[in-house]
Amino acid sequence: MKKLHRRSFLKGGLVGGAAIAAVGTSKHAEAAGSFGGYPDSMGVLVDLTKCVGCRTCEAACNKEQGLPAPDKSFDDPSVFEEKREGGLPRRTTEKAYTVVQKYDVPGREHPLFRKVQCNHCNEPACLTSCFVNAYKKTPEGAVMYDPTVCVGCRTCMVACPFYIPAYSYSSAINPVVKKCIMCYDTRLKFGKPPACVEACPQEVMTFGKRKDLLKLAHQRISEKPDAYVDHVYGENEVGGTAWMYLSDVPFDKIGYDTHLGDQPIISYVKEFLAIVPMVLTIWPALFTGFHLLSNRKDGLKNEDNKS
Amino acid sequence: MNSLKSQGFAPVVSHLKKDGSEWTVKEKLMLGLSPKEYWAVQLRNPFNWVLWAIYAVGLPILVGRFIYGLGWVTHSSYDYPWGLFLGWGLFVMVPLSASGFMMGTTVELFGRKDFKSIERLGLLNGLLGYLFAVMFLQVDLGQPWRLIYPMFVSLGPAAVLFLVAWHVATYLSCQVAELVPAFAEWMGFPKAKQFIKKIVLGLTVAGIILSTLHQGALGALFTYAPGKVHPLWYSSSFQWFQFFVSAVFAGLSMLIVVSTLTKWFMRWRCDETYLNNLSKLTLGLAKGASLALITYLVIKIIGIAHDNDWQYLASGWGAWFMFEMVVGVILPLIFYTMAVRNGNASLARFSAFLAVFGLALNRLNTALITFNWQLYQEIPHWREVVIVVTVYATYIVVYRAVLARMPILYTWKEKK
Repeated sequence: MKKLHRRSFLKGGLVGGAAIAAVGTSKHAEAAGSFGGYPDSMGVLVDLTKCVGCRTCEAACNKEQGLPAPDKSFDDPSVFEEKREGGLPRRTTEKAYTVVQKYDVPGREHPLFRKVQCNHCNEPACLTSCFVNAYKKTPEGAVMYDPTVCVGCRTCMVACPFYIPAYSYSSAINPVVKKCIMCYDTRLKFGKPPACVEACPQEVMTFGKRKDLLKLAHQRISEKPDAYVDHVYGENEVGGTAWMYLSDVPFDKIGYDTHLGDQPIISYVKEFLAIVPMVLTIWPALFTGFHLLSNRKDGLKNEDNKS
Repeated sequence: MNSLKSQGFAPVVSHLKKDGSEWTVKEKLMLGLSPKEYWAVQLRNPFNWVLWAIYAVGLPILVGRFIYGLGWVTHSSYDYPWGLFLGWGLFVMVPLSASGFMMGTTVELFGRKDFKSIERLGLLNGLLGYLFAVMFLQVDLGQPWRLIYPMFVSLGPAAVLFLVAWHVATYLSCQVAELVPAFAEWMGFPKAKQFIKKIVLGLTVAGIILSTLHQGALGALFTYAPGKVHPLWYSSSFQWFQFFVSAVFAGLSMLIVVSTLTKWFMRWRCDETYLNNLSKLTLGLAKGASLALITYLVIKIIGIAHDNDWQYLASGWGAWFMFEMVVGVILPLIFYTMAVRNGNASLARFSAFLAVFGLALNRLNTALITFNWQLYQEIPHWREVVIVVTVYATYIVVYRAVLARMPILYTWKEKK
């Protein structure tokens, strides 16, 4: 009988575990379970209580991304009263990667302003739904889009739980998806914060490592429990997002979807993805078998005839 | 054409004319009529007048879509990225074309040779439905010339749409191969027919695999939008199965509908075998469809129970859902069963129209009507509707043209 000592078992386990970890990190983690996000990815914490609705961020984004001039100037507050279909507030478009919305909250001294842009999910629905791999989540945290391979099926727009990607429908020759890329090319890649964050005169947004921002967010809530609702929106929503929000008004009152759940969108699709190899491997044998069974009588008849 | 036949006109059924000489391809294309007679027949047909009217309005708008972009023909909605082109053209057309793999399975795999006379109509209905689903997709894609990108340029194999793209492409070639015999007979290429005969079992099994997966995948596409599709039309676990099973009854019902239309409007082209067997076969299809319908009904109920969506049944959406289930599923189920029991083919035909309506309503509900149920209702742009009608009219024109020529509704008589 071989004796397995506790110590040697642990040693073996450690070596094995380290090997698995080494192999595991070299492969893409999305194959199994859910992907918690790159460890050192960057993010932005938005403190909605500080925003005054000056729209400097919108102007900075427009300039940085070289977007066309807006229909109304960036200091025109009348945009806040604009409604899109269904009486809904303004949203991101092909000409604006970020927009500020205004919410009149009963009992609150000032209206609440909410900045909307791509939340740069840890496990983005747009990325996982794309059949030409046009999307990429960079280790820095940005969700990038490659317009040169996009076919224009717009499944990413269907899949995005935040209704962020817009599409340049007006172009007949080269319509593409238009969305915030966290200023990756010009800033994030070099460790600099996105243009909107830097431009904000109220310091509404804090740029940093996502894990540090989470600590900061919870610290602010615990320091001033009366000034915030006890929830960091984006900490867990659809698997966590790079952009996270603090608010003094419950999030469902200011247009945030609080029913998204903590699972990344791809987890709802996995039940189907799992049956694909089953069908591919089982069906051929199964249906050829049915064929043999249903033709068995003919085969028997032939044998009878021979004998 | 029906009246022409009653006056003694004999349609092409073999390579040889009455006098023993061979038909040329041009003569076959003209249905064995002289050019003058052929065009006179086309002009006389009131259905063609309707088609011309559709094209007069629709073709310029279809061309305009490619000149001015999608923004000119749709509302350019960011909230509703998919409109009627996919809602109707892909999500409704594809399940209604499931008849191809159903008939292949019945005849070639299960050896039910008694369905032979309707097999080719099933295959053709499948092929053309898929072909035009791709046409609709080409109208809808922002950059249609990049259609092959997911195949060869930039691959995203973990996406559901990747599976749909590959499967629809391979299945289209599969269906073309399955119809080669009909084309080979008509053109006189016996070798091609022999070759397909050797691989028909492989083609059929491939058809079942591909159909199971891409019909299911069309449903699974909506599992990417858990919060957007109304819970009564959404099921993370069963969506793919619901779409697959409903495609089974939809494909069979569409075959009954199309065969009924041929019986009414293209009787001149049907041979005796086809017409004499049609009522019996309609009931056979009805039996299959009723089995699929009861499976579908049960899995729909299980879907609601699984996600505990009962409370939604009491809402306005719930009433709409009940309407879809009663008119599109339960009534066809009852009528099909009665038809099979009493041998009443007319009732089965009526039921088939209902089931096709039910399927279309289900897909439009999932893709458009209940989509974004918490936001607002999108009404498609009129130009979008016109394009859908135009492309669908082209589908009918091609369908009718093939039926009038190739041996689908009649058996080809080989030489002598």
